[in-house]
Amino acid sequence: MADNTPNYFTLFDLPVSFHVDTELLAQRFRELQRNAHPDRVANGSDRERRLAVQQAALINQAYQTLRSPLLRGRYLLELQGEVFNDETATTVDSAFLMEQMHWRETLGELREQADPLDVVHKLLDAIRTRQTQLENDLATYVNQARWSEAKVLVYKLQFLQRIYQEAELTEGELLDIH
Amino acid sequence: MSYSHKVIDHYENPRNVGSMNKEDKSVGTGMVGAPACGDVMRLQIKVNEQGVIEDAKFKTYGCGSAIASSSLLTEWVKGKTLEQASQIKNTQIVDELELPPVKIHCSVLAEDAIRAAIEDYKNKNHS
Repeated sequence: MADNTPNYFTLFDLPVSFHVDTELLAQRFRELQRNAHPDRVANGSDRERRLAVQQAALINQAYQTLRSPLLRGRYLLELQGEVFNDETATTVDSAFLMEQMHWRETLGELREQADPLDVVHKLLDAIRTRQTQLENDLATYVNQARWSEAKVLVYKLQFLQRIYQEAELTEGELLDIH
Repeated sequence: MSYSHKVIDHYENPRNVGSMNKEDKSVGTGMVGAPACGDVMRLQIKVNEQGVIEDAKFKTYGCGSAIASSSLLTEWVKGKTLEQASQIKNTQIVDELELPPVKIHCSVLAEDAIRAAIEDYKNKNHS
């Protein structure tokens, strides 16, 4: 993160917190987007147009970050100076990983099931339940400034996001067949 | 990105896929995951009374490089002592499989998995 990048929360005039009013966030996003639209400086200098494009990209990036509990949590930790070494980080919570493996197996063996769509829906529900639970825990840890515990949860939420995307993809494929 | 022929070989014909009874005292189990890509790896070793790894099994959910890294590692650790196995470095896996820089974390995962398995075996047998 470059030092001269404005804080995303400041940009949206929101308090720095895990709890975000999503309606207010969306409303501020539309306002900011309107004001920063590159078309407004279509007749401006090269520099003005370049800055407008940069500003629009920043607003977009900030919005995507703040509206996702996972990315927001990760961003709050980065603001605290936590570094995410995605390339070398490993998770070793074996109960959590067992569940991941079990879910992966369920997805892998889906086509052998009598009602694969039902199985994938139950899986999506189970992942969502776990996500909600971890997001609540993450909110608590962030509020209590328990950063290292919060970081473990951000990593776990990344696993959940990945398997959720794969399950959704599979659901889409199944729906195409029917 | 293209995979080396060694990665493809391990991916298409993975060695030692499977599981062992993790309650068995002679079995060490290592479970690790990579939060960056959501890969999950389980590596198990069966150790005899002389402290030599007699057998190894793995199950990996992840990309071709993660599967190849764990498959290769199970081949390498068989017949090695725990001490020798714990000295295997991820860079050796990178060299053998010709992994590109973006896939180095797959080899790190495999190294962490064998270390975790050795640790698990030691914890079970020194209590």
